[in-house]
Amino acid sequence: MNASNKDPLLDLEHISKRFGGLQALKDVSLTLYPGEVLALAGDNGAGKSTLIKTISGVHKPDTGTIKYCGKVIHLETPHQARDAGIETIYQDLAIADNLDVGGNVFLGRETVKRIFGLPFVDRRGMRQEALETLKDLDIHIQHPESPLRSLSGGQRQSVAIGRAIHWKARVLIMDEPTAALGVPEQRKVMEIIEKLKKSGVGVIFISHNLNDIFQVSDRILVLRRGEKVGERLISQTNHDEVVRLMVAG
Amino acid sequence: MFLEKNLTKPVPLAGGGDRKAFRWLAVLAAFRAWLFLAILLATFEIWARVAYGGTFVFNPLNVKSIALFTVTPLLLGLGQTFVIISGGIDLSVGFTMGLSAVVTAHVYNWAAQFGNSGISLLVAVAAGLGVAVVPGLINGLLIADLRVPPFIGTLGMYGVARGVAFLLAKGTTVPVQGGLLGQIGNGETLGFPNLVLLTIAIILGMHYLLSQTRYGQHIYAIGGNVNAALRAGINVRNNTIALYILSALTAACAGIFYTAKFSAGAAQAGEPVLLDSIAAVVIGGASLFGGSGTIIGTIIGALIVAVIQYGLVFVNVEPFWQFVAVGVVIIISVLVDQIQKGARK
Repeated sequence: MNASNKDPLLDLEHISKRFGGLQALKDVSLTLYPGEVLALAGDNGAGKSTLIKTISGVHKPDTGTIKYCGKVIHLETPHQARDAGIETIYQDLAIADNLDVGGNVFLGRETVKRIFGLPFVDRRGMRQEALETLKDLDIHIQHPESPLRSLSGGQRQSVAIGRAIHWKARVLIMDEPTAALGVPEQRKVMEIIEKLKKSGVGVIFISHNLNDIFQVSDRILVLRRGEKVGERLISQTNHDEVVRLMVAG
Repeated sequence: MFLEKNLTKPVPLAGGGDRKAFRWLAVLAAFRAWLFLAILLATFEIWARVAYGGTFVFNPLNVKSIALFTVTPLLLGLGQTFVIISGGIDLSVGFTMGLSAVVTAHVYNWAAQFGNSGISLLVAVAAGLGVAVVPGLINGLLIADLRVPPFIGTLGMYGVARGVAFLLAKGTTVPVQGGLLGQIGNGETLGFPNLVLLTIAIILGMHYLLSQTRYGQHIYAIGGNVNAALRAGINVRNNTIALYILSALTAACAGIFYTAKFSAGAAQAGEPVLLDSIAAVVIGGASLFGGSGTIIGTIIGALIVAVIQYGLVFVNVEPFWQFVAVGVVIIISVLVDQIQKGARK
């Protein structure tokens, strides 16, 4: 994939972040293009989490700039990041599993119909719109009226991704999206990531599983002790080199 | 489209025969409150026919009495339903009700000087509702801002409201002078007791709020996964504070109705009803872990409690058995829920 002739979606320049005595990130730069999957790799404590939390507005960098769609942005809260189109899919699934698909995709942004001036939550409308978005990602929910607790982990993951896409996320950060899933469901999530790529979304993908990384990513960025120790096109590297970067730099 | 359909519907499964027992359990769990009510009514009907040659269910006097019996625990239970769905509990409602009853009586008497019973009524009702906002707001602030567990925060408020109510009543009941409040409290419209009609109006409002508005949807989300609610930008703090104020307000309605019905305000008005109201919510299918429950369920739950209490007196069983019966129904109800949840995993 030749991404370099497009304008980057996200451009982090020289980001540093310190927590007390701990230098969590040191002069890390990162670029993400539309339709690209960028993998973040690194051992525990390498700074992956801090980096994605900086992108998603949880942490503010001490130094460095974040450019989004060509403009410098200052994210104060995760909310601002989400409104801008930077969405994070967390491991611990941010869904309410007592609500149905529509209720989850529209959570906090429910649509209402007015009947004699009184607002009524438009459950059917929300469900239909949610299912359409999911269908575009090739996700099919068997019993869309049931609460999500009756779905498998992978399907719930899909609903969380669907919600991000429905609200026009342009950057999707996925933190270990396959960690809690069985093998067929992992494959399904990989397929969804391929779909997202084709639709021009930029994906930042964190995984401990190098096979997953090599399967869907275009580039890989390796962190160690808060520093970027390497960045490779997937097509020009291999497992051994990545592991070497992770542990030895 | 009602939310409860989505929430109480048995969970569909793509399963084989081994899932059949589970399916039945799910159906049983979803409709357990209706089933209990049907069994109770049938039992008392047979009992009345065999023992007295009379009818229980088809006697309009019984129906009216049960409806009136249901009013107080149901009103407390309505607000409690919201609180329990959010994952909290409100133990203070019994004495918030007493506080409102006493304040309503005092203010009604005080306002008699204006010489217009309509004005007295309005001022007294406003005061009864207004005073309840104080414990509701404090509960909400304690729980939402200071992270006090709901059980502890509202238990504290139970004591405070109790003390203040008895202090205001000087340790006794506060009789109400003058007619309009008593007329409304004991009167009927088109053959229906006014208090029952007013309660139905409040039920409709609460049902709409819970099942049809964004606020109600957010309460379910908070009870289902508070982190998801926060991440979705739902204002969990304000919603929580509103919850406890709402709960205090329905308790206040019960207090005002009490004063209207008995022409006297009493601090202990809600004391025996608090546990009945929680029982109504739980029997009605709400989970104390939050995330599920409905107004319709709470109505059925409150009816079950009332039918047990009234029915046992009607068939001349020692009234103390009602505590045993209500207790057993609560335990069975929660057991069915647990077994079903276990089967799901």
